[in-house]
Amino acid sequence: MSHADNRPEAPIDELVDEESLVEEVSIDGMCGVY
Amino acid sequence: MTLVAPSPVQTSPVAPARTSSTLMGHFEAGLDAPICLTWELTYACNLSCSHCLSSSGRRDPRELTTEECKAVIDELQRMQVFYVNIGGGEPTVRSDFWELVDYATDHQVGVKFSTNGIKLTPEIAQRLAASDYVDVQISLDGATAEVNDHVRGPGSYDTAMRAMQNLADAGFRGFKISVVCTRENIPQLDEFKAIADRFDAQLRLTRLRPSGRGADVWDDLHPLPEQQRELYDWLVAHGEGVLTGDSFFHLSAFGSALPGLNLCGAGRVVCLIDPIGDVYACPFAIHDEFLAGSIREPGGFEAVWRESELFQRLREPTGGGACASCSFYDSCRGGCMAAKFFTGLPIDGPDPECVRGFGEQLLAERAEDALPKPSGDHSHRTSPPRPRGGAGPVPLTLSVRRPDAPPAHACAESPLAGFSPTTTAAGCACGTDH
Amino acid sequence: MDSIRLDATLTVHPRVSIRPEPFGALLYHFGTRQLSFLKDRVLLDAVRACDGTRTLAQALAEAAVPDAQVERYRRAVATLVHSTMLESRPANEVAA
Ligand code: SF4
Ligand code: SF4
Repeated sequence: MSHADNRPEAPIDELVDEESLVEEVSIDGMCGVY
Repeated sequence: MTLVAPSPVQTSPVAPARTSSTLMGHFEAGLDAPICLTWELTYACNLSCSHCLSSSGRRDPRELTTEECKAVIDELQRMQVFYVNIGGGEPTVRSDFWELVDYATDHQVGVKFSTNGIKLTPEIAQRLAASDYVDVQISLDGATAEVNDHVRGPGSYDTAMRAMQNLADAGFRGFKISVVCTRENIPQLDEFKAIADRFDAQLRLTRLRPSGRGADVWDDLHPLPEQQRELYDWLVAHGEGVLTGDSFFHLSAFGSALPGLNLCGAGRVVCLIDPIGDVYACPFAIHDEFLAGSIREPGGFEAVWRESELFQRLREPTGGGACASCSFYDSCRGGCMAAKFFTGLPIDGPDPECVRGFGEQLLAERAEDALPKPSGDHSHRTSPPRPRGGAGPVPLTLSVRRPDAPPAHACAESPLAGFSPTTTAAGCACGTDH
Repeated sequence: MDSIRLDATLTVHPRVSIRPEPFGALLYHFGTRQLSFLKDRVLLDAVRACDGTRTLAQALAEAAVPDAQVERYRRAVATLVHSTMLESRPANEVAA
C-alpha cells in the first residue's frame, strides 16, 4: 500500500485536519485465492 | 459453535472505537460491493494438494451452469466489481472456462485466475498474453520438484514449470507465481524469487491457512515460529516487489506493518462464491458457520452481499477480545478469523500464529473436541490416491525458538506476559514500550 | 508529483473505472491493477469533472471546492495523476 500523503504509523488523531483525500493500494492487497 | 455471535466474551476491555472517517473504518463497516471477490468455478481438480483450501477433487453435480455463471457476471458488472479472482478446484478444467473468461472481460469484469497450469498450452498462453484484462497466477509450492510435489502431488512441479515457460514464450510479462508458505519451502524463498525473475513473473507469497484439507496438514506444515520471523524479515527486505495478498498482517507485530490493508476483510471487502453458488465470508472459510447465502436465491449475489445476517454481523465493530490490550492490535488485528476457527481457537482472541506466542499457548490448552467438523468435502475418493491425514492427536510445537533468534520483544519470552483477559491497562504488562 | 498546476487539463485514464461508495469512491485501473480510494464525494465530483474540457481549477470549481480547500484537493488530484488514474493533457498540447 502506498500511502500518498498519509503515513500508516501516524496516529490518526493527529491527521484530522490534514487527512489525505486519497489512498492507494495494490489490488493484490486482500485475501483472495491461494 | 457460534463463534461470530455478538461478542460472547465480556471479560476483556473493549478497544477504543476507531475513527469512522478513516478508510479502515469504512472497510470494517463494509462496502456496497466487494473489492476482492473470489469465485471458485468448480470443485473438480486434476490434483489433490494436501493443503487444498476447498477440499477439491470431484466436481459437484450442482455446480453453476454456463448461463448461471454469465448471470453472475452480469450482476458483478452492475455492481461494478472490478475484477474476480477465479479459482477452484482447477477452474480451467471446466469446458466453458475460456468462454466465461471472455464473457467477463467483455463485461468490464477483470479476471485473475489461479491454475496449476494443466491447460496452459502454448496456444492458450498466446491468447492470454493478448488480453489486457486477464491475469494469471500459477501455483507452485516448492522451488524444487521434491518440495513442491510432496504437497501438490507427483508431476505438478513439471506441469507448473511448463505452463510458466509457455506464458513467458508467449510474451506474457508479470504473471504471478503463487506460493503458499510452508515449513518446507520457507528455506527456498530466494530460489522462488530467482524463478520469478527468470520468467519475468511476479512472486506472490501467501499464508497457509488450516482451511479445507489444510486443516489436516496445518500442524505439520505451517511455518515454525523462527521461520515466521525469517519470512517477515524477507518480506520487509523485498518490500512491495513481492505480493502477499495481505495475508501476513499478523506478522506485522514483529515490527513495522507490512504493505497492505492489514485487516481481516471477510464479509467486508472480501467474499467467496463457491462452485454451487453459495456465498461465504472468505475463500478460506468454507464452512456452514460462514455461509451467508446463495446466489441462487431471489435477490442474487447483491442481496447476499448487502443484506445477509452473517455479513451484517461481521461488519459490526469488534472489540478485539483477548487481543484488545495488545499493543500490536492496530496492525495485527488479532490475525485471521479462518485460522482461528479451523484450529478451534476463539474468534475474538489471538491468531494461532500470534508472534507473541499466545496462539501456541491456546492451542496447547484447547479441548479435545475443539476442532470444528468440516462441512463439505469434494476430495477424490480414490484416484489419485492421497489419503487424508485424520485429525488425530495434534503434534504441538512448543517454544522451539532458536536461541540465536531474538523474540519479538522482551515479554515474548514469556508468552503469557500481559495476556490476562482481565488486564485493564492498555499495552503490555512487560513494561517496555513496544 | 505535487507539480500538477491548476491550469492543467486532466482526463480520467480510459482504463480506469469509477465506483461510487458511501464514503466517496473507488477507482480501479485495469492497466496497473491499482485501486485508489477517494475519501469524499466532493473529490469524486472533481474527478468526474476532469473530462478534458476544463482546467483543474475549473473542475474544482465545478465540484464546489471551497477556496480554502483548493490546495488540499489539488494535492489529492496530483496523487491520482502520479498513479496515472488521471492523465495530464496540458492545454497547449493538441489532442491526437
Ligand atoms: S478470515 Fe483470514 S483469510 Fe479470510 S479475509 Fe480474514 S484474514 Fe483473510
Ligand atoms: S496478542 Fe498476538 S494475535 Fe493478538 S493482536 Fe497481539 S500479536 Fe496479534
